[in-house]
Amino acid sequence: MIAPGIGIGHYLTLSAILLTLGIFGIFMNRRNIIVIMMSIELILLAANINLIAFSAVLHEISGQVFVLFVLTVAAAEAAIGLAILMTYFRNRGSIQVEDVKLMKG
Amino acid sequence: MNWTLAVPELVLVLCGLATLTIGVLGDKAKSHAGLATWLSIASLLFAGVLVLLSPSGIGLGGVFINDAFARFMKIVAIGGAILAMAVGFDSNRRAGLRHFEFPVLMVFSTAGMMVMASSANLMTLYIGLELQSFALYVLCAIDRDRLGSSEAGLKYFVLGSLASGLLLYGLSLVYGFSGSLDYAAIATALHAGAISPGLLVGMVFVVVGLVFKLSAVPFHMWTPDVYEGAPASVTAFLAGAPKVAAFALLIRVLLGPLGALAHQWQLLIEIVAVCSMVLGSLAAIAQTDIKRLMAYSSIGHMGYALMGIAAGNEAGTTATLVYLFTYVVMNAGAFACIVAMRRRGEAQTDIAALAGLGRRDPALAMGMAIFMFSMAGVPPLAGFFGKLLVFVAAVKSGLWVLAGVGIVTSVIGAFYYLRVVRVMYFDTPAEAFDARARSTSAVALVSGLATAGFVLIWAPVMAAAALAARSLLAGTVG
Repeated sequence: MIAPGIGIGHYLTLSAILLTLGIFGIFMNRRNIIVIMMSIELILLAANINLIAFSAVLHEISGQVFVLFVLTVAAAEAAIGLAILMTYFRNRGSIQVEDVKLMKG
Repeated sequence: MNWTLAVPELVLVLCGLATLTIGVLGDKAKSHAGLATWLSIASLLFAGVLVLLSPSGIGLGGVFINDAFARFMKIVAIGGAILAMAVGFDSNRRAGLRHFEFPVLMVFSTAGMMVMASSANLMTLYIGLELQSFALYVLCAIDRDRLGSSEAGLKYFVLGSLASGLLLYGLSLVYGFSGSLDYAAIATALHAGAISPGLLVGMVFVVVGLVFKLSAVPFHMWTPDVYEGAPASVTAFLAGAPKVAAFALLIRVLLGPLGALAHQWQLLIEIVAVCSMVLGSLAAIAQTDIKRLMAYSSIGHMGYALMGIAAGNEAGTTATLVYLFTYVVMNAGAFACIVAMRRRGEAQTDIAALAGLGRRDPALAMGMAIFMFSMAGVPPLAGFFGKLLVFVAAVKSGLWVLAGVGIVTSVIGAFYYLRVVRVMYFDTPAEAFDARARSTSAVALVSGLATAGFVLIWAPVMAAAALAARSLLAGTVG
């Protein structure tokens, strides 16, 4: 159920803000790759908020089931990302964003 | 709850887990990479047979569909994976990559692709896509003591996750504004009601996410870097099967649930196709590294294949499917030749290293020349038929601009493919390469025969693709 006084529009606005923050976090970030991973999580959470809000409004359960799957996938994603970051750090000795430039496209 | 439809996928995943267990429990002192590769190739072949035998229908509570289209895409993806695995077999050993996880990750990635091809629900779409992508991220970084490989893995991971996140956001909007996660229900809802702006935004996000996986312009930035940095055996895989799976999803989603938005997405696909063809042919001219050249070449090929989707009808879909078949075959062959470029144990990726190959190793040069001519679209090789079909489909649908751009860019593209041939036959010979491995030669031979003699296998491939396209567009399972 959605609380009185708060409509679907509020939830969509919140998730849009989170999505924008996530995208900006990836492209404007000049420091640390960990921050990029946090931004990716933010994007996934924005989508999750959408799914749950829609699921409540539509009275349809499949959206919430989807969210459980997404949370599992996000955990696997974080594990894989940190593992790759570890191997990168061992080779490079740094996780600064501006150091990732061996190859230039 | 008809779970038997998913037997090929389940068997493949179980075989992968069994191979993983054998590798983990086996003797630590020696490498199990060879055994794991043979087991993985055997399980892929077995899964391929099961796919051919599998019945049509909708199963697993409506989230999983098996039809002629899914079977065609799965067979092409499995074929691409087997060829890439055979290419990687020896090249990994020589590069000192002795991880038994390598073929197992390919098996898991292929299982993800098969789920993608069979998706009948937005949830299956996302899970399949992520299963395929996660294995690929790890594969790119598998040469973990080399900076290039781990940097390629990191780049692919960051940009790939961003694309998956945008795709998921799009899926959530499509769900909210259509009221269902099920493809059939979405299609019914869209045909019945007015199209809301939220749905359009969701559609754009979904297309962006999938186009990224295809590495089409403007979401191609990762491709050359990842292709160059990843080990050659991984690049061979990355350039083939995953593209087929991404196309399977794109075709299924655009022509199925989002079919009512055809007017809106058609323009989007046309723009992406034109940009990919133009950038793929122009940017490749300046490349000196053969793997980067192949990266831009694959960007261009994705543009041509998208042309068939832009046509949006049965002829266009058939053309795209045939194009993907020919692309996977000649791509595997070209990478078999690239993997054979080794000098005193060191992998060579410079195009100049091919100088005088025509005199040093006539068979290898012949194979490479066939693949380059085929990619340029010279008749009667495989690449020509794929291009011909998409051009005809585009013209028949009135997409003259698209077909015109396609013809101009394939002429420009011929320039850099023929440059490779010129270097091989007319430049002064450089030092000889190491002896070729038998597995690499076998892949080059199989792909070379299929590419050169495509006229002979043309009829069955065309019939299978037409059947697949018909089953998809009819919307009925059968």
